[in-house]
Amino acid sequence: MNTPAPNPAKIIRPPSQWDKSLDRGFIWLTRFFALAIAGILLWIAVQVTIQAAPAIQSSGLGFIFESTWDPVKDQYGVLPQIYGTMVSALIALILAVPIGVGTALLLSENFLPLPIRTVMVFLVELLAAIPSVVYGLWGIFVLIPILKEVGGWLHSQLGWIPFFNTPLAGPGMLPAGVVLAIMILPIITAISRDSLISLPPELRQASLGLGATRWETIFQVLIPAAISGIVGAVMLALGRAMGETMAVTMLIGNANNINISILAPANTIASLLASQFAEASGLQISSLMYAALILFLLTLLVNVLAELIVQKVKRI
Amino acid sequence: MSFSITTTEPQETVFSANDVKVYYGKFLALKGISIDIFKNSVTAFIGPSGCGKSTLLRCFNRLNDLIENFHLEGKIVYHHQNLYDPQVDPVEVRRRIGMVFQKPNPFPKSIYDNVAFGARINGYKGDMDELVEKSLRSAALWDEVKDKLKESGLALSGGQQQRLCIARAIAVQPDAILMDEPCSALDPISTLRVEELIHQLKERYSIIIVTHNMQQASRVADMTAFFNVEPTDKGGRMGYLVEYDRTEVIFQTPKQQATQEYVSGRFG
Repeated sequence: MNTPAPNPAKIIRPPSQWDKSLDRGFIWLTRFFALAIAGILLWIAVQVTIQAAPAIQSSGLGFIFESTWDPVKDQYGVLPQIYGTMVSALIALILAVPIGVGTALLLSENFLPLPIRTVMVFLVELLAAIPSVVYGLWGIFVLIPILKEVGGWLHSQLGWIPFFNTPLAGPGMLPAGVVLAIMILPIITAISRDSLISLPPELRQASLGLGATRWETIFQVLIPAAISGIVGAVMLALGRAMGETMAVTMLIGNANNINISILAPANTIASLLASQFAEASGLQISSLMYAALILFLLTLLVNVLAELIVQKVKRI
Repeated sequence: MSFSITTTEPQETVFSANDVKVYYGKFLALKGISIDIFKNSVTAFIGPSGCGKSTLLRCFNRLNDLIENFHLEGKIVYHHQNLYDPQVDPVEVRRRIGMVFQKPNPFPKSIYDNVAFGARINGYKGDMDELVEKSLRSAALWDEVKDKLKESGLALSGGQQQRLCIARAIAVQPDAILMDEPCSALDPISTLRVEELIHQLKERYSIIIVTHNMQQASRVADMTAFFNVEPTDKGGRMGYLVEYDRTEVIFQTPKQQATQEYVSGRFG
């Protein structure tokens, strides 16, 4: 060996004061950002609660079970809006889950040539980029005239089913639900597709190697393996559907009563807030804040539930 | 090309490949392979990377059908039936010819459901508990997992996962098992257990094993086929069968110089 051995003392270099303060500064910066996000959430919750305090004092828990919304007599209850929020979101899920998961399957398998799939993925993502007011306008001028025909047929043929016992006059629960379905479709499709294509290819080969058909492979191996992602997508979509405001306000009819027929006008909490806030005063503002708090808690509940379901299905 | 195999007694063949050529698109990946695989024996495919041994293995259960552009010429006869006859249903082929992969790939299901999966989709009518136990026993895994059949197959160690995959393949009651470098992701002790298992399994099944490990081939295989690769004039690589004979002949007195050089570790 001709080369001299490297001087071992050279590997010892204590971090300078500058290095140390840079490291510490970075730690505190990231800590601040992380805490700021939690802080904002907490701050909103506290502010909404403070503003809602007069309504909470005057109505109490009865607010949730009361059906009148009468600013003249200062009587407020949001049961119809809670019902409308849940039912419109449910209609949206019933329509969007099969279509969304089906689309995700088509886009993750090789049923179509890759260039066509790439274009379709892009188009689905574009659906998410349409502003919600545009969905509302489209709903009024295109969807409602079509749904009037469908709703008329449903009422005349299946009117004995309580869900169809009124005719569709114009705005109503069904148009709002259908537009919500279109709006949440990109979420369900994109996240489900991501979890399907991230499955290891060995899984598919293992299934086919055992003599499973493609059908059996998709439904008994791939979907169960990706189920936590798919459930997560559905729950995220549910949260979005419950909180969606503009398009729903334009399409649901803003009727503050409960009607079992999905062809009748209804209202959601988010839509109530949007339509009433501008002209509200006094206890009405406070009651709207109370309604906002309830929507906040409802979406929180849905998200916690989603997390629990995802944890449960992930265990196997 | 034909090979004069130095066998002592005539053996029954399971697969008989006849001038098999594999193309990906226009590129010839394997040229003119003819080989007979014998019943109740272990056949090892060895050779340097890219020589097409895994490709050929996957021709035997038509798993290559999944690759776009894949195209095969020639015949692979399995019990007097050409596997590549247009009338043949690849799903039925794969039900009879099991496969174990390089990386252990249990389903994200319970141990029990992993083993039962193949039998269920094949409409198995018998006692499922019994079949699961029998398959896990055959894969030398039963004693380790009998108390946790409901737990996820992914919670097992790598070696156990691979034996679970073997149990899963056995549960379909195939008559041949293809193994694609089944020990390359395992530690030496797990490898030894899988090799012991292969020894036991050949009493009932015909096994083809692709391996990079020449000691493994000499330990487990009755017959060994050596493949090599040569560059084509279009810049691609093409695999071909160099020599096929009893394992001790391949490792001790090979007829081809390339085989001699490969088994003595001079290239590959």
